[in-house]
Amino acid sequence: MKTRGLKSVAMLGIATLAFAGCSTGTNETTTPESADPGTGNDATTEATAKERDLVVFAAASMEPTFTELAKQFEENNPGVTVKFNFAGSQDLQEQILGGAPADVFASANEKQMEPIVEAGLNDGEPQIFVTNTLEIVTPPGNPAGITNFASLAQEDLKLVICAPEVPCGSATKKVEESTGVTLKPVSEEDSVTNVLAKVQAGEGDAGLVYQTDAKAAGDTVLAIPFPESDVAVNKYPIVALKAAPQAELASAWVDFILSADVQAFLGEAGFGLPS
Amino acid sequence: MTRIYSGLPKWLYLPALIGATFIVLPLVAMATRIDWSNFFELITSQSSLTALKLSLKTASISTLMCLLFGVPIALILAREDFRGQQLVRSIVTLPMVLPPVVGGLALLYTFGRRGLLGQYFEALGLNIAFSTTAVILAQTFVAMPFLVVSLEGTLRTYGQRYEVVAATLGASPSMVLRKVTLPLILPGLLSAAVLSFARALGEFGATITFAGSLEGVTRTMPLEIYLQRVSDPQGAIALSMVLIFVAVLVMAVTAQITKRSQI
Repeated sequence: MKTRGLKSVAMLGIATLAFAGCSTGTNETTTPESADPGTGNDATTEATAKERDLVVFAAASMEPTFTELAKQFEENNPGVTVKFNFAGSQDLQEQILGGAPADVFASANEKQMEPIVEAGLNDGEPQIFVTNTLEIVTPPGNPAGITNFASLAQEDLKLVICAPEVPCGSATKKVEESTGVTLKPVSEEDSVTNVLAKVQAGEGDAGLVYQTDAKAAGDTVLAIPFPESDVAVNKYPIVALKAAPQAELASAWVDFILSADVQAFLGEAGFGLPS
Repeated sequence: MTRIYSGLPKWLYLPALIGATFIVLPLVAMATRIDWSNFFELITSQSSLTALKLSLKTASISTLMCLLFGVPIALILAREDFRGQQLVRSIVTLPMVLPPVVGGLALLYTFGRRGLLGQYFEALGLNIAFSTTAVILAQTFVAMPFLVVSLEGTLRTYGQRYEVVAATLGASPSMVLRKVTLPLILPGLLSAAVLSFARALGEFGATITFAGSLEGVTRTMPLEIYLQRVSDPQGAIALSMVLIFVAVLVMAVTAQITKRSQI
């Protein structure tokens, strides 16, 4: 008897969760930001009517910079709130193809942009807004004495890289192929974040991550740039989406990201800029 | 469990049906996406087989570890009565509710190269990081609570009357454990072991955080699926189906054992 009772309780619980999931889903988009009615100084009534959310789907590596830029964009466009969905470009691509209500897609890889264009979900051509290249990171103090890319092939080195299946890994492979250096990693991780974490924890003696990750990691790691990374420049495309609930804001965000000021800001954050 | 009373209110079936559909539907949806014409090819690729083999091997070893250390825990929790017992129970079963990545970090700070114990292992020339051992540790960490919880439940259900009788007849505690308790709970023990095996098989978060991912060494099925999802979504779906199939099989065996033990 007892187990049966438990079973139905569990069933009910799951059903409730499912319902709760649905209702929060709808609330999220409709709840107005009823914070400050006095911001629109020329036409208050119009300002409250124009409360709008811009939904940007962006690669996880854009989180620090885009979050910062959103504040400026919101200042320039009163009544607008920028909402982000930061995740791996692959996840974002799947969500958009699955009908997620996104206004803008900023991918960390051209490959993840292709299916969006094939499906005709893009409004205009995707534009490259930043680039990223690989850098070597080691724990502070560089215990294994890494100096350049070739030294990553040394014996007994605990090298952590990205798996060839993910973008940072395919970049790594390109460098490997062009240099003829054969890497023997102890782990091929599924994301740059995991590579970085293992080097930061001192588990890995060296890792290959993007220059922006190395920069953002500050002095928790030692970053060693290497010229051979030039063969694998990763390009980040951005595009407004056709089904965008806020089409006008979407293209405004894309223009904003491509503007000279913002480009300079992204350059300072460690990104390469499209030529 | 014999069916004596079945006076459940009929309305209960509605939420139950919704709940069950909520679990079954995603699995059905997944099955509709399978590229059946290439299914066999997809699941027998070299990397898939390597991952499956590694998964079966590590999950088996970690199930043994769970039995070795989890059975005593369950026995003590079910049979003894001591201060702080509830707290011990909560802590021992904590990995069940922890986000796996938290478990992975905790293991890293214990067995990692600079970890609490890991630094001594390192000095002895024992390297756990990035090894198959790390995978087994991660799986044991998340699977053991399932064994403990399930077995403690069994022990409590059976009660202690046979054990008490054996003891009054002069059997030593070890003898009671060997000759009475363990044979009595054997079906429950088996199903608890199978349950922890299934959990070990599905372990992802703690493994990727703690053990890393290298083909043949640390890349288990869940890690392979996650990786293939990016480059080869069809392959990932096919492999997922294999994992679901194995898990269902394992759970069915458990259910069968439990049912038989109740006759």
